[in-house]
Amino acid sequence: MNKNMVSTAQQNYLNRLRAHRFIVWFLRVAILAGFLLLWEYTAAKGIIDSFIFCCPSRIANCFMEMTRDGSIFLHIGITLYETVVSFLLVTLTGILAAVLLWCSRKCSEVLDPYLVVLNSLPKSALAPLLIVWLGANRTTIIVAGMSVAIFGSILSLYTSFTTVDEEKIKLIYTLHGGRFHALTKVVLPSSVPSIISNMKVNIGLCLVGVIIGEFLAARNGLGYLIIYSSQVFKMDWLLMSIVLLCIMAMALYALIGGLEKLYLKKYSANYVKE
Amino acid sequence: MESILEFHHINYAYHTLEGETKALSDITFSVADGEFVAIVGPSGCGKSTLLSLICGLLEPESGWIHLNGKPLNDNPTCIGYMLQHDHLFEWRTVYHNVLLGLEIQHKLSNKTRQKARDLLDTYGLGAFSDSRPSQLSGGMRQRAALVRTLVLDPDILLLDEPFSALDYQTRLTVGDDIGQILRNEKKTAILVTHDLSEAVSLADRIFVLTKRPATLQTCVPVTFDLAEDTPMNRRNAPEFKHYFNLLWKELNHDE
Repeated sequence: MNKNMVSTAQQNYLNRLRAHRFIVWFLRVAILAGFLLLWEYTAAKGIIDSFIFCCPSRIANCFMEMTRDGSIFLHIGITLYETVVSFLLVTLTGILAAVLLWCSRKCSEVLDPYLVVLNSLPKSALAPLLIVWLGANRTTIIVAGMSVAIFGSILSLYTSFTTVDEEKIKLIYTLHGGRFHALTKVVLPSSVPSIISNMKVNIGLCLVGVIIGEFLAARNGLGYLIIYSSQVFKMDWLLMSIVLLCIMAMALYALIGGLEKLYLKKYSANYVKE
Repeated sequence: MESILEFHHINYAYHTLEGETKALSDITFSVADGEFVAIVGPSGCGKSTLLSLICGLLEPESGWIHLNGKPLNDNPTCIGYMLQHDHLFEWRTVYHNVLLGLEIQHKLSNKTRQKARDLLDTYGLGAFSDSRPSQLSGGMRQRAALVRTLVLDPDILLLDEPFSALDYQTRLTVGDDIGQILRNEKKTAILVTHDLSEAVSLADRIFVLTKRPATLQTCVPVTFDLAEDTPMNRRNAPEFKHYFNLLWKELNHDE
């Protein structure tokens, strides 16, 4: 459509929409800025104890220092690496296990109570066990990361596989296809959206598991930094690590969000095209 | 004419924890090559079960079914099945949806690909080959589903209320459209429907089933004295009302 041909009513609508978006963004930034300023101010004036609560400027300074000597990149890199590895393993084994369960109804019925129990078990309880079994090393941390997400992942993927429209599977049979075709032509492709949304959940859970693992069995990584700094009361380290974790979680989530958008753009006509 | 399909004393029942539901009881009939048969009956009487049996999705409890004189297992006869909904996959383009059956049966070749293109062109979908199914109208979607079935070159076509999900106007045009296509291709077809006028306008013979457990109540041969035997012309012919009333009476036999 020709942009010059927009009617006044349409223009008003667009303006209203733009104003709305601006206000939302403005308020988001304002809340963060206001919070940081208030924190800095109260800490500087001694209203809150800056030894316990620290203050934004010291956190920033601490970050600059650790950037200069490069140590922060090591910690971020290790946590990121462990999270990504456990996430990839969870996604892969989750899909494989769900496929196997889907293939054999008997198998899924037999295993169902075990999966439910393992899924509801607080995974942090497993971490000490993993240390004893696997040693205080990176494998333990990656397995701890996996343990948090894997069972829920299998259950939700299996559910999405089984809720595929039966008639669509019947279509495959009417075309003289077998169960394998039903899997590859219908079940897997139609489950891609739920696989992606499952990945969104998993990436966050893997990060949780990796931090739990690092609390107990690491000599570097952000989780280690948090537990170490809390023991020696280096609050600037501790809060900086938490902020970095926030940013990391956001970035990883956004990455998968981007993947989802890419998929929708390619395969869904409902996605608005230019 | 030689009969392509034979049903011989077929019985079928569904089993659940609550008990057994008899669906079909002692059904015997045969369908000639090139014939268009419609099956009507009260809803839930087991019409679709009949088609599932022919397609081999279900096994009869007793009796036998012969296709081209041979039992169903290892039968080379190709059966096409059209379901109530088109079930076009959104993650495939229209063209790739049409290829689905060929992919499954490992029949993809340049020749069959060209055939798919030709069929899409013939049925007015050529321009939409690369569209997503959701960009098509209901009637076009159903035509695409028909092409998906026809590209496999089936010897016999099973239609399970394929028009019932469409709105009335589309349903008339698509029904007539597809009826015409099948007649031109000289396909044997079995149409299951609860729409009597659809049955009369399309079929050569109409089987009337009773309530569950379904038995074959009667068989109505349909002949129209028309120069051009199209579904639309049939609807306008004087015999149409006669057949419609006849079927109506048969269906409401017990009441």
